[in-house]
Amino acid sequence: MRASPLLQSRNLTKRFETLTAVEDVSLTVRAGEVLALLGPNGAGKTTTIRMLASILRPTSGWAKVAGYDVVRDAVEVRRRVGLLTEHHGLYARMRPEEYLEFFGRTYGLNAQEVRRRAGELLEVYGLGLARSQRLGEFSKGMRQKLALVRCLLHDPTVLLLDEPTSAMDPASARQVRSGIQSLRSRDRAVLVCTHNLAEAEFLADQIAIIWRGRIRASDTAPRLKKRYLGSPTFELRTSVPLPVSLGWLPREAVMVSRGRDRVRYTTPSPERTNPTVLRSLAKAKLPVLTLTEVGRTLEEVYLRVVEEAAQEDKVAA
Amino acid sequence: MKRRKVQPPSVLAGVWLVARREIRDHLQDWRILGPILVLTIFFPLLMNFTAQQAVDFVARYGAPIVAERLIPFLLMVVGFFPISISLVIALESFAGERERLSLEPLLATPLTDTQLYLGKMLASLAPPLVAAYLGIASYLFGLALSIGWTPPFPLLVQVVLLTTVQAVVMVSGAVVISSQTTSVRAANLLASFIIIPVSQLIIGESLIMFWGRYTVLWWMFLGLLVLAVVLSRMGLQLFNREQLLGRDLDVLSLRWALRRFWGAFTARATSPWGWYRGLFRETLPRLRVPILITVVFLGIAYAVGSDLARQFTLPAEMLQWQRLSQAIRELAPRLGFTSAEAWGWVAVNNIRAVLIASVLGVFSFGVLAEVLLMIPVGLVGYFAENAALAGQDPVLFLTALVLPHAVLEIPAAVLAGAAILQLGMAVVSTPRGSGLGESWLNALADWAKVGFGLVLPLLVVAAALEVFVTPRVALLLFSGG
Repeated sequence: MRASPLLQSRNLTKRFETLTAVEDVSLTVRAGEVLALLGPNGAGKTTTIRMLASILRPTSGWAKVAGYDVVRDAVEVRRRVGLLTEHHGLYARMRPEEYLEFFGRTYGLNAQEVRRRAGELLEVYGLGLARSQRLGEFSKGMRQKLALVRCLLHDPTVLLLDEPTSAMDPASARQVRSGIQSLRSRDRAVLVCTHNLAEAEFLADQIAIIWRGRIRASDTAPRLKKRYLGSPTFELRTSVPLPVSLGWLPREAVMVSRGRDRVRYTTPSPERTNPTVLRSLAKAKLPVLTLTEVGRTLEEVYLRVVEEAAQEDKVAA
Repeated sequence: MKRRKVQPPSVLAGVWLVARREIRDHLQDWRILGPILVLTIFFPLLMNFTAQQAVDFVARYGAPIVAERLIPFLLMVVGFFPISISLVIALESFAGERERLSLEPLLATPLTDTQLYLGKMLASLAPPLVAAYLGIASYLFGLALSIGWTPPFPLLVQVVLLTTVQAVVMVSGAVVISSQTTSVRAANLLASFIIIPVSQLIIGESLIMFWGRYTVLWWMFLGLLVLAVVLSRMGLQLFNREQLLGRDLDVLSLRWALRRFWGAFTARATSPWGWYRGLFRETLPRLRVPILITVVFLGIAYAVGSDLARQFTLPAEMLQWQRLSQAIRELAPRLGFTSAEAWGWVAVNNIRAVLIASVLGVFSFGVLAEVLLMIPVGLVGYFAENAALAGQDPVLFLTALVLPHAVLEIPAAVLAGAAILQLGMAVVSTPRGSGLGESWLNALADWAKVGFGLVLPLLVVAAALEVFVTPRVALLLFSGG
């Protein structure tokens, strides 16, 4: 049975005085899932997140977070959301624990609980040694990590993370990414906005690409790749030269190129084709060195989607 | 893991939470702490010294009134100086937090807009007010020790209340300003809209204190209290998540403003008839309450005018019909009445009065416009009552001199007053979900619609009646047919 949706929106739209920032955005993130919202600057990611966090009111459409309506039950929604904002904007004169205590209290945690949670999370995110420093002295990466700690403090049901690893060095970014991975749980949904496509692929179960306020594509990464880039391509290498005839290649596989000891093929169903290929080669006593998917990145999908969307908009205009 | 249910803080606890963090933050900033300490410790000492010098001077050369008036005045100054910092703190707290982009995490918490607003207000008010009260206390303590002077209790209450309400006015004004900017720099520039009127107010209060009319200070306190309530309400409406994050307010888009105004002005009408239908079916119903308020104000003006007539009565012979009709016969041709020039002059004069009232209304939440429109009605009441006191029939007086043109002029005044009141109040009562600019432009469009569609034609026709018809009706009625 599929888990219940913790975050759901239908035709969510936000118009400002002169601009439609978000139009007809429909998303569903179930418990235990991570959704990555991808899009260029100004695409509407932050406005979408602000509406889901009950900070901005949608002009039309609706959204529910943990079963609560973002307009009607704004306070309930905010109690259940952990929002990592694009600008972490910390209070420079405070120390980490003071800062976390302030935010913890706004969520109704008592001083003891805040201290316990803050202590744990500061250690997890490698900020344990910086407790005596003022936040103004923190590096960009440390600030970002503290902001993440802040939004985890009240153990939220839904996490909305806007650019969680921007401005971080690779080591810190990896630490935060694995931190986010560990936040996956059966009773939590996560929405991540990012420009980092590799990060999105690593973290997310679902990808949604937003462009000029509208969702242009939404699915799992493999399905998106298949839809926009066609069937996956595999490269097979053997330790001995391959015979001229490729009779062992199943009918659904189409050869793309070949060399003395390697062949590239595409297949719409690798889960069937690849085991068959390996079995046939083993039978023919041809030792296989490697069978790997030829890298097709989410970046290619993203660029294709954006290109198509631009074309569509041009035609519509 | 099962989540434990936690309740967000109660209203007051939330307010205090926000205030406490900010107060702590302010007290760690030497730019705020320094002036507060100086104005709490050194300034009262300086004022003490000044007061002693004044008393010594009086002892040597006489004129005790100088010291009598100077000492309470210095008490007010000692209270006012520290609260002037509240403006800086408020701008820093509201606009500064937006500029540093630290507002959004706060807006993502379960605290309500009201809790955030009140918390910030309290944080902006508390340190300067405590400093002001301490300053007042140390000044009074010094005077009690040095010259044995203690203030009369009502004066002390007056100064403390005035100091408090002035601080609230400045802080709530700063919130309104901050909500319209995204930087402290812009907020500081706009703060002159607070600093200049408050400086004028302090000069006024000083004059009243030297004049020795302390009762007037109570009226000033009441006026400031009303202003503080209006500004606080306005701040509360503007300080909401939608306004704070939904708009890039420093960008002035004239094209958008014009489009918005034009859209509201034309209301998508395709013909003049359709436009008038919209005016009667949509605009005028929107003005129901302002129309009612204006009618009440004009009624009050008439009553006040009548009352003044009983206090300052004109000589009865001035209001004899025969004398009046003679005056009309002599003056009307000399003043150019019953001529096209006079018609133009009266029309232009009335239109100018409405325009002046509009400008004044914009800067006074519509109040000064109402006052300006009340003056002629008050005068009518004054003369009608004088006519009655002179033994004449006031109904005949009104029918002869006022009614022929007032039948159009008064509806024009009521409509103009209502539209200006709505325009002035648009900044105070912004509808939820729409911005200050949007709300004001809609009210401006309503003002323009009523102005061009009704007030202007009514005033032009009323001027014609006033010039060509009223003098004739007056002569006819005063000379007994």
